[in-house]
Amino acid sequence: MTYETQAVAKPYFIAAIGLFVAQVLFGLILGMQYVVGDFLFPEIPFNVARMVHTNLLIVWLLFGFMGASYFLVPEEAERELHSPKLAMILFWTFLIAGALTIIGYLFVPYAGLAKMTGNEFLPTMGREFLEQPSITKIGIVIVALGFVYNITMTVLAGRKTVVNVVLITGLVGLAVMFLFSFVNPDNLVLDKYYWWWVVHLWVEGVWELILGSILAYVLIKTTGVDREVVEKWLYVIIAMALITGIIGTGHHYFWIGTPGYWLWLGSIFSALEPIPFFLMTIFAFNMVNQRRRDHPNKAAVLWAMGTGVMAFLGAGVWGFMHTLAPVNYFTHGTQITAAHGHMAFYGAYAMIVMCIISYAMPIMRGRVANGRRAQVVEMWSFWLMTVAMVFITLFLTAAGVLQVWLQRYSDSPQPFMVVQDQIALFYWMREGAGVVFMIGLMLYLISFWVKEPEPVGATA
Amino acid sequence: MAEFFNKTMARNIYFGGSVFFVLLFLALTFDTHRQLPQTDNRGEITEQTSLGKRVWEENNCIGCHTLLGEGAYFAPELGNVYERYGRSTEAIKAFIKSRPEGGIPGRRSMPQFNLSDEELEALAQFLKYVNGIDTGDWPPNIQG
Repeated sequence: MTYETQAVAKPYFIAAIGLFVAQVLFGLILGMQYVVGDFLFPEIPFNVARMVHTNLLIVWLLFGFMGASYFLVPEEAERELHSPKLAMILFWTFLIAGALTIIGYLFVPYAGLAKMTGNEFLPTMGREFLEQPSITKIGIVIVALGFVYNITMTVLAGRKTVVNVVLITGLVGLAVMFLFSFVNPDNLVLDKYYWWWVVHLWVEGVWELILGSILAYVLIKTTGVDREVVEKWLYVIIAMALITGIIGTGHHYFWIGTPGYWLWLGSIFSALEPIPFFLMTIFAFNMVNQRRRDHPNKAAVLWAMGTGVMAFLGAGVWGFMHTLAPVNYFTHGTQITAAHGHMAFYGAYAMIVMCIISYAMPIMRGRVANGRRAQVVEMWSFWLMTVAMVFITLFLTAAGVLQVWLQRYSDSPQPFMVVQDQIALFYWMREGAGVVFMIGLMLYLISFWVKEPEPVGATA
Repeated sequence: MAEFFNKTMARNIYFGGSVFFVLLFLALTFDTHRQLPQTDNRGEITEQTSLGKRVWEENNCIGCHTLLGEGAYFAPELGNVYERYGRSTEAIKAFIKSRPEGGIPGRRSMPQFNLSDEELEALAQFLKYVNGIDTGDWPPNIQG
């Protein structure tokens, strides 16, 4: 570790992994409820488990992004973090607020939680992914502001690399777009219109800047390729991300009461959205091929290449599959969407967080890389989780295709629940793949405690 | 990438492209606002539908259902439920009221939310208003 204050990243990473485990656990509960409808009913109804599953995802990724920033920004800026104390205060604030919110979801009926937290005064709850009580949302804004301040002050006083500046742009964008979660008009069309400014412009907009800069940082460190080359790639990737992604928001404006021209704009621009992800894959593989050193942390390099490929498949290919308006007319709001969502989030965002954790954690624990045995276990967890996610996606896609056919496309469309019963087999297989994913995740945890017969890798 | 394409050029594409498309997006947003009165059924928005939207939100209906295709995929689409239930708010209310507290053995079942009569009526009116939004003929058929 070059700078002492980089160590504040450690609790952030530990929290991220812990919440990830909880997220996957609730994923298994949800998968079970799909096939055994009364599983845990009425104690944990589906809507509660799903809210916990998706909110934990967002929170652990945010912990991951913040940890990544605290780790890489001081090193890039060549100075200590502006205020490690603030970073720790925000850590505990965010963790406690997050935990209280999840406990609220699980132990208080949602309507009661809305009443308790005064939703009537500032109604923002009850919209997908933005279910948090308004008071939690305000907390998120405060944490985000404090975090961005801390990071920005660090960079302003130090070296301004492209990686740093792009990362901060992404983080500021993340904070600013989240403000639209407070926009909730009684007009449903307007509500949905601005809801996407948070959801789409996060994951298909500013988060790609964060993803790109973390990936660029890890590749610079592990391959030793000239910074100029990496930075040029980074600019091209994020340029394509924003050029396609901003108007690409239009692929959510097909069927919600918005003007017809969005059918064209949304289809054309979002059809181009795979480009930045494709570039990311080429980027990762090119840098590794042109490497000037063999970094002892093979696992981190594997995550870096993996995130490129899986982001392209999940966000790019599976996104493209149902993004053209004539296709989306039939697939909108089916298991096809769920399939895409799972692989895209895993490939683009879960994997980049595990990539930076893989790179940074050994360093914070006083070594350049973990020993061989620990890395082998970590790489096994990589393959188990990744292959399991591929199968989750394939099974959900199969379920989705059948659902579209039976419920939307055939001559005699059948009711939703009748169709669900007929595609249950694929939900069972998805749950099986989910169990394998959990095993992979357990292996990932274990990899942090694997001891070596004799320490290696300290001299790279 | 070849030498003739350098970092400065890449950066300029990023800055120029982003600014251009942000501005274009804002202009389109402005135009969308202008056109929405023709499609978003705002004529039917009343205090009651607004209360209904609140009831919809504060019971996390989106956690199982889709509304205009967005939400969870565990339970039926409700953007056209008014149509599906024979254009009857009474039928919608009757369904919500009839949900068993303990669920149905082995099956998915909507929870019993114990809504007041006022809330039930407001929620049904909200769903009726949503049904009237011009969604470009989506969903493809009555099953949602």
